[in-house]
Amino acid sequence: MAEFVDPLLFVEPLLILVLAINFVALGASRIRTVINAVAFQGVLLGVFPFLIHSEIGLRGVVLMAITMALKGYGIPWYLLRAMRTAEIQHEDKPVISYMASLLLGAVGTGLAMEFSSTLPLHEDHSHMLLVPASLATVWTGFLMLTTRHKAIMQVLGYLMLENGIFLFGLLLLEDLPLLVELGVLLDLFTGVFVMVIIIHHLNREFSSMSTEHLSALKE
Amino acid sequence: MAYLLILFPLAMTAVMFAVPSNRWRPWLLPVGGAVHLGLVMQAIFPAGDAPPVSGLDGWLLLDPLGKVVLGFISVLFFLCALYAPTYLALRSDRSNRVLCGNLFASLAMMTLVTLSQHLGLLWVAMEATTLVSAPGIYFNHNARSLEATWKYLLICSVGIALALLGSFFLAYSSLKAGLPQNESTLLFTQLIQNAPNLSRPWLHAAFVLLFVGYGTKMGLAPMHTWKPDAYGEAPGMVGALLAGGVTNCAFLSILRVYQICRAGSEAEFAREVMIFTGLFSMAFAAVFMVRQRDFKRMLAYSSVEHMGILVLGIGIGGMAIYGALLHLINNGLTKGVMFLSSGNIHRAFGSKYTDDVRGAMQRLPVSGALFLIGFLAITGAPPFGPFVSEFTIVSTAIGSGQYLAAGLFLLFLTIVFIGMGATVLTVVQGQAPEQTTPNGFHDTFGTCAPILIFMALVLLMGLYIPPPLESLLREAAALLEAKP
Repeated sequence: MAEFVDPLLFVEPLLILVLAINFVALGASRIRTVINAVAFQGVLLGVFPFLIHSEIGLRGVVLMAITMALKGYGIPWYLLRAMRTAEIQHEDKPVISYMASLLLGAVGTGLAMEFSSTLPLHEDHSHMLLVPASLATVWTGFLMLTTRHKAIMQVLGYLMLENGIFLFGLLLLEDLPLLVELGVLLDLFTGVFVMVIIIHHLNREFSSMSTEHLSALKE
Repeated sequence: MAYLLILFPLAMTAVMFAVPSNRWRPWLLPVGGAVHLGLVMQAIFPAGDAPPVSGLDGWLLLDPLGKVVLGFISVLFFLCALYAPTYLALRSDRSNRVLCGNLFASLAMMTLVTLSQHLGLLWVAMEATTLVSAPGIYFNHNARSLEATWKYLLICSVGIALALLGSFFLAYSSLKAGLPQNESTLLFTQLIQNAPNLSRPWLHAAFVLLFVGYGTKMGLAPMHTWKPDAYGEAPGMVGALLAGGVTNCAFLSILRVYQICRAGSEAEFAREVMIFTGLFSMAFAAVFMVRQRDFKRMLAYSSVEHMGILVLGIGIGGMAIYGALLHLINNGLTKGVMFLSSGNIHRAFGSKYTDDVRGAMQRLPVSGALFLIGFLAITGAPPFGPFVSEFTIVSTAIGSGQYLAAGLFLLFLTIVFIGMGATVLTVVQGQAPEQTTPNGFHDTFGTCAPILIFMALVLLMGLYIPPPLESLLREAAALLEAKP
């Protein structure tokens, strides 16, 4: 069967879309926006393997279906529900302004490009933006984790960080055993599950989801 | 056998959740702990020349390093489980179902860590230990334990996520390293065999990420920030299991990565990082232990210090590796004494601050005395176990001309001794204050016997190391010896 369009052509634009989502998440104060952004990113991640690897087999299809279902639907649904029960809509006052977050995000993305050029990629991968996009997403996750007060925003930061790592994992998709991939997803899901339970307790204890109240323990 | 070691505690988790009685459930902890200990001893010292314990096509294998850590964890768990029924009987106001179930779940995951020969599987198990131990920290269900649990979950999950990225980097370094079909691998034996062909820049970056990631879980400074909160708020028994079990699993993970670096001539860099981080952790802990009012937080900083000593020992190399592995056991056992006795003191005074707690020896003669002796042991006083292991490390450092490391090591130990001593002496000495109404808690057989066993083992390790353990430690140390 003749190929009309090389699927690799789509990889680059989609990676740029992933990077753009990072900035949407960094600049938004509405929690719903960030949940949607992270969910969309999760679905995109599920698409990549079909574009990068010509033959992914049943194993790959199963894995991607689970990834998309979990990252694109399951976890976001669960977070939205937590948001509704807690009656929280916005991040009121992040540690640094949204402008500063965006700026730091941009600097980090630049540094990610620079850093990944120092790592020797194999010729099959050398043309791809995959590694810089992965590192930039990890960095964005870090920014969200450290500069947001709302517990749910920190969970979203953790999810973005995981998304970034997942992007890198795409390079190894063929070689990583299914057991490990599923284990990673299971841990991610359980992690978010436990975190949201803690958020519920947080909400009951302080009538708020802000981690600013968590300041009793210090030297 | 390998499956049984993991599946048995998992089955016990299910049993714990199924048992309806809050009163009888904790008694299954020592029963399960004893069975696990029996299985582990059989796995470590097989009769005759049975093949080594393995499974899943070589993904699971009990090597000497795994034996040291698994054997120790099983002993630690059993002794903590002995303490549990009496302790949980005092806490009959709340359900212990989740706590008891998760204790077995974390035992299963820790066992899996020690058996894993695949770095991906190892990662999954490490992250799972974080998740299943979180409810233990939240056992008291108050604002402070909530804060501690949140920080623990978030910081450790992020740290471990970095370790996952590091694992991927490591797998990438093995692409085209001579494996069949040019594939990448995370299988430990394959990585070791092909270590010289691994891509150096990727291996380098992988080590940094894995060290930071698992170092967070281990609680090395400056990634230790979850530790004082978690240990401060968790019940003493959970603290002992975290400080002796989970952190040692993280240490084992770092050792696995170090083994690959060592085979891939990246050892020099790894050792430098470990010496620096080790000393930095000790220094950091020393600073925060001076004038520490909260004696449970003090124990957390002591744990940071001793994790520092472990990596420092590996960094120094030679006999110090043997010393570090010995210290893994000695520190864990002594932490058992300290955490459980401090838990008793906390209970009896209703406070963990030196402002309120005085005269512990008077109110709790046994726990108070054990807390004091435990302090002497952990700060390296002879004739206890930690003295032997710390002495081995420092004498190796001097013998191999690493005077600066040895000097700083002794300096920090001295500061810790003084800082910790001030807090401990305030707690145990003097007249117990009138105003803190005694809540009827006093030393009983159930709350003291497990601590006495811990203490006896600490003393034993200082006076006489049983030959089978000695040879096991030597075999394990040989796996980490720097190549000539």
